[in-house]
Amino acid sequence: MDLPWQPMSFHPLLLRSGTPIYYERTAKNAIPPQISSKTNQEKVKFLKPPAMETIQSAGTEEIHPDVALVARAREGDLQAFETLVKQYDRQVFRIAQHITQNKEDAEDVVQDAFLKAYEKLHQFQGNSKFYTWLVRIAVNESLMRLRKRRTGRMVSIDEDVETDEGSMPRDLADWGPDPEQMYNQSELAEILRKTIQGLPPGFRTVFTLRDVEGLSTDETAEALGLSVPAVKSRLLRARLQLRERLSRYFRKRNGDGVQ
Amino acid sequence: MTCSEFMALLDDLLDDGVSATLRADLEEHLGGCEHCFITMNTTKRTIEFYTNQELYPLPEPVRTRLQTAILAKCRKC
Repeated sequence: MDLPWQPMSFHPLLLRSGTPIYYERTAKNAIPPQISSKTNQEKVKFLKPPAMETIQSAGTEEIHPDVALVARAREGDLQAFETLVKQYDRQVFRIAQHITQNKEDAEDVVQDAFLKAYEKLHQFQGNSKFYTWLVRIAVNESLMRLRKRRTGRMVSIDEDVETDEGSMPRDLADWGPDPEQMYNQSELAEILRKTIQGLPPGFRTVFTLRDVEGLSTDETAEALGLSVPAVKSRLLRARLQLRERLSRYFRKRNGDGVQ
Repeated sequence: MTCSEFMALLDDLLDDGVSATLRADLEEHLGGCEHCFITMNTTKRTIEFYTNQELYPLPEPVRTRLQTAILAKCRKC
């Protein structure tokens, strides 16, 4: 049976975290398979905290292991807090590095965010997940670092979000089927880093939490103190801006059969 | 459906947040709009690149140093 979408290619460098499959359209109006959050979670298992919904599913009394760890840490059990640190330090570092775009700042943020979380554990109400609460602290610490680096100029997640860029796509060129083969792994990583660096902090942060860290829209809104519509609006524009900027590198060129 | 209306729903489409009826409308638009088709496909690939690439790994020695420093500070609290 002919499927409306056929897998095109994958690249070995991406296999460590799952196989991204690109699709070419074989039926004119078909929509490619969805990027479901579940699929993403499987792909980036190495990147992410435990999937909360699998542990604390609706209608059950099952409690996320973090709850017990937080309770023990509150009672002064440093080993319990150490477990939380080891569970989330990579994610906090990555979020901080995405926002600050500076390795030293990101390392400082990891230390300050966990220390602040430890000091304020008694304030953690448990209404949200510990990880979401920790992300909120880490984002605030990261924005403070960014402000310091910009010689005291105020930096917030609202900065530059009023731009029209990304609201409608302008680059209409399709990409080649194998951008991963046009660049080696380090070149590709550099392109991705440079591209996301160019986004305003407000877009960069939303994109990082939603698409890199895999938080839900609700969790992202909670972590950033934004409304759900604001998160959705920023996410769309962040995705489109990144797409537009990546097109400069990945668009089909003469000889690829297009243009 | 116009291109603007399609773009407003692109995220919901990519995140699998559309009803069957709306999905059918979106597919109908895609059938006649190469622009929106390319935008959807390349946006999906953009997300996949960033989802699958570890751009900022935390090297193990740095990680150990940070963990030690964090716990030392916590002990003094």
